[in-house]
Amino acid sequence: MMDEISDLERDKQTSRPADKQIGPEQVLSWSPGLPVSLSGRGWLKWLLIGIVIAYVAVLILAPLGALVAGAFSGGLGAIATALNEPDVLSAFWRTLLIAVIVVLVHTICGTAVAWVLVRQNFRGRRILNGLIDLPFAVSPVVAGYMLILLFGRTGVLAPLLAALGIQVAFALPGMIIATLFVTLPFMVRELMPILHAFGVEQEQAAATMGASGWQTFWHVTFPALRWGFIYGLTLTFARALGEFGAVLVIGGSVQGRTETATLYIFRALNDRQYVGAYSAALVLGLISLILVIGADLLRGKEH
Amino acid sequence: MTNSSSILEHGGVARRTSSALVVRALALTYLMVMLIIPLAVILQDGLRDGPGAMVRSIAKPVALHALMLSLWTAGLMAIINAVMGTLTAYVLVRYRFPGKALLNAIVDLPFAIPTLVTGVMLVVLYGPQRALGAWFDQNLGIKIIFAPPGIILALLFITFPFVTRAVQPVLLSLDRDQEEAAATIGAGSWTIFRRVVLPAIAMPLIAGTLLSFARAIGEFGAIVVVAGNIPLRSQTAAVYVLGEIESENQRAASAMSVVMLAIAFGLVVLVDYLQRKRDDG
Repeated sequence: MMDEISDLERDKQTSRPADKQIGPEQVLSWSPGLPVSLSGRGWLKWLLIGIVIAYVAVLILAPLGALVAGAFSGGLGAIATALNEPDVLSAFWRTLLIAVIVVLVHTICGTAVAWVLVRQNFRGRRILNGLIDLPFAVSPVVAGYMLILLFGRTGVLAPLLAALGIQVAFALPGMIIATLFVTLPFMVRELMPILHAFGVEQEQAAATMGASGWQTFWHVTFPALRWGFIYGLTLTFARALGEFGAVLVIGGSVQGRTETATLYIFRALNDRQYVGAYSAALVLGLISLILVIGADLLRGKEH
Repeated sequence: MTNSSSILEHGGVARRTSSALVVRALALTYLMVMLIIPLAVILQDGLRDGPGAMVRSIAKPVALHALMLSLWTAGLMAIINAVMGTLTAYVLVRYRFPGKALLNAIVDLPFAIPTLVTGVMLVVLYGPQRALGAWFDQNLGIKIIFAPPGIILALLFITFPFVTRAVQPVLLSLDRDQEEAAATIGAGSWTIFRRVVLPAIAMPLIAGTLLSFARAIGEFGAIVVVAGNIPLRSQTAAVYVLGEIESENQRAASAMSVVMLAIAFGLVVLVDYLQRKRDDG
């Protein structure tokens, strides 16, 4: 009988560690035979767990392991040599530069967008709110192509850019804009629910006591948003590091000029420089992984 | 609605100050430049010669094959993902077992890893000159890389968190009295799941599945590595757009882009509607 008790009951017991023995109230709460529910059958439980673990192992862990093995096939020295090439280093620096600029812009503009969408009411707010998620769904190739149509040689803004002497397409500015587009939702979507939950009472109280708008934001709103900020920034940064399709289209992948880390991996793969491609992919994957896991841990600490 | 209540609702105090207006101007300008103008330009370009020309451009065999390949691989992925994502969420919420925390962390892995890196991983594992890839080809006659199975594997990898993370919180907050009641009157496990649990998680399940489908239609990084760029065989819609851009065939690129945008937009709006309906009800 005890073995038949569902995990539900076990959860209840462990959540009340003080009385592990079955006390009178628990006897009242489970009349005999009742909790043999869905999760109750031992074999079913282990079957379902087994299916999920097998699925995750085949789908995610096996490819991950293969990449690690592939990168290390030539030994640690080969990885170091492959990554120490000047064009690889410059590609990684370019990626880092783009990601840092993107994070800075989204810190300011993304926060402003989140704040305006939550706190202000104006015509078209609902539509804008729906559009924020669009970059999640739009193909990165299409995102890059939109910018080509705007900033390219025959683009809508070409005459203006020529007059100003600025090159956007096939240059760093275009790649930054492309990365801004694909990472737009992260910061906004991270901050909006927090702003919403935080409410306006404290902001109003601060304003009643004579605080200016900026003071209110800095001393009242910002502290409440802090963890959301950190999490949103990390996700934005990780996503910016890994962006590929949009920067390929708008940047053109010119070696030594507009080649980022992902674009280098793609070129190395096409040129059959496998150790270089695998090592760079491993490094890029690891950096993103550490960032996201770090953010997850921070979030765990907050709750 | 009275004036005072609307002030309370929308942040009132901040609204009156001039700095609030500056912030609003900044936010709206930013969205205009980053989102609205690029979308408008591509719509204008795609529909420049009228919808008829756009349809003709899409109806060409290579374009149509690419679009159909994207749709059916994404569709199949969405079905598998709906089942496995729900199962994963269920196992994570309802069971205790060693390694559960690790499994929970692995679910987020695909969010963190760049999709191009995902593609590289799959090529390393299943590539034709690799042991496993060669084995599949010779013994089972299944080509994975440069073929639809590779595309589906890549899409499954990338979208794995979508359904699980949508269903998990709802499952966690589910009141289990109904399940217990159903068990008391003798309902079996499967009946309880179908009649009690599934209706409760239906909305997030549908929303997560649709989002993963939308994401898959536009996926590029993983697919271009895994599927290559073979027209009429393994070329998907996004890879097709890239090819047309590179051969400066602007009309074809714009036409396909508009179709893909329309699908993405439709799905995002639908998901938004479903979620709002759930929140209201």
